[in-house]
Amino acid sequence: MVFVVYAERKISAFIQDRYGPMEVGYYGILQTVADLLKLVQKEDIVPLAADKKLFKPGPIVIFTAVFAGFAVLPLTSDFGGSAADVGIFYLLAIVSLDVVGILMAGWGSNSKYALFGAMRSVAQIISYEIPLGLTVVCVVMVSQTLNLQEIAFQQGIWWNTIDPEAHNYLFGIKALGIDITEIGGILTWNIFRAPIFFFAFIIFFIASLAESNRGPFDIPEAESELVGGFHTEYSGLRWGLVMMGEYGMMLLVSFLAVILFLGGWNTPLPNIGSVTLAEWTSGTPGTIAGHIWGAFWMLTKAFLLVGLQMWIRWTYPRLRIDQLMNLSWKYLTPAAILLVLLSAMWRLLMV
Amino acid sequence: MELNDIIFYVFGAITALSALYIMLTKNILYAAFALILTFIGVAGIYVFLGAEFIAVTQVLVYVGGILILLVFGIMLTNRLSGKKVVSPAYNKLMGLIVAAGLFAILFKGILQANFSAMNWIDKGASADSSIPKFGLTLMTDYVLVFEIIGVLLLLALIGAIRIAGNVRKEDKSAV
Repeated sequence: MVFVVYAERKISAFIQDRYGPMEVGYYGILQTVADLLKLVQKEDIVPLAADKKLFKPGPIVIFTAVFAGFAVLPLTSDFGGSAADVGIFYLLAIVSLDVVGILMAGWGSNSKYALFGAMRSVAQIISYEIPLGLTVVCVVMVSQTLNLQEIAFQQGIWWNTIDPEAHNYLFGIKALGIDITEIGGILTWNIFRAPIFFFAFIIFFIASLAESNRGPFDIPEAESELVGGFHTEYSGLRWGLVMMGEYGMMLLVSFLAVILFLGGWNTPLPNIGSVTLAEWTSGTPGTIAGHIWGAFWMLTKAFLLVGLQMWIRWTYPRLRIDQLMNLSWKYLTPAAILLVLLSAMWRLLMV
Repeated sequence: MELNDIIFYVFGAITALSALYIMLTKNILYAAFALILTFIGVAGIYVFLGAEFIAVTQVLVYVGGILILLVFGIMLTNRLSGKKVVSPAYNKLMGLIVAAGLFAILFKGILQANFSAMNWIDKGASADSSIPKFGLTLMTDYVLVFEIIGVLLLLALIGAIRIAGNVRKEDKSAV
């Protein structure tokens, strides 16, 4: 977490050519630590006019909701949170509690900036939950399970260790007759198993940017018009919680994208004949090598996506609210519905 | 008492206390937030009944969807009228009588029922309550109900758009 905040400061400073984060300590490594210390020391100010019963628990609800989502994520082939059968479904549900916290914070602050920020944020999150959910449905339809660990297993060479009958075919089309279960690598990732998932992944990524209130969808906290959005009135540790919630959300959606589309903890390198790159770069599930390689691939992919999010945030201008709603309802949602239909057809090709 | 029991009672207490709070508070916004707690408590109890799927659906649909819109509505009306929206208690006597009657019926029913003798309880425990099976029954045995609900929701959607739609645009299309 601290590392991600550090990375954001670095990347933003790099893109905007600012000096602060580049010069505190060696290469600016200490900037985040300095920020954190500053936050913890700060006084916890509660505005006089604020609705204290709602103002105080607001950030805690946001923080808890986002971090409860991590409970079902598998980090490696044998290590992860709860292996509940409802996995992904639970994740979507618990993350939607985030909205409650935002509403509490926005309303409780009793300030027009915070209220407008909360309203924009909630309208945006609710709208983008629909294309997000639909793309998740696409994946669930093709993998036939809600369990995130199982979805991850299907996208690599170890699928047969949990289901000896299973076979992966090139592009998921059985008629081609090319069995790639043992080849693994990037070819068995969902994005290759069903090539239409490439579009699903793009929709998922755009929607996840909006879900975590990141640029270019960050009008809820547009500094130039709203000061700071729903967390305008917060200070000190409570503000820290809100920010942790935001970064936690970024990480969570990145992990989710990796598990759903980019092979989870599986290696991207395929086995080519006797050059078994896939087996060299991933250990058997349950062994120490399995844990290390799994965590390595998982974290690398997730951090790459987080980096992409930052890159986008600091390069694109933000969207107006009507453009934002247009994008969600008129383009992403119909496209996602179409993708659901296509994935159902693709699934028929796979069996 | 085992940990499971304690957690069960915690969820029960959350449900009951937040429901009580909804009844007693006059601030309608607090009532809405307390309702969220009630739903989460009920979702917890569903988990104990072995119905994980229903629990998650409960959180997703009620907390993530319906209640957010409810709170949204209250906030907007609250700010527009400029004064606090309160919900004072009406019909106290009638309400009390109805509630007491309902409680009496339920209490008697629960006391008289012999739960262990009912065969669906055993069946529920032994039956495979996995998600694939749930989905399969939904698309085979209960497909008619499923489809009807789908059509109903579509109707509600169209109706909502018709009511909320821009009046000016309709005039234009009428001409």
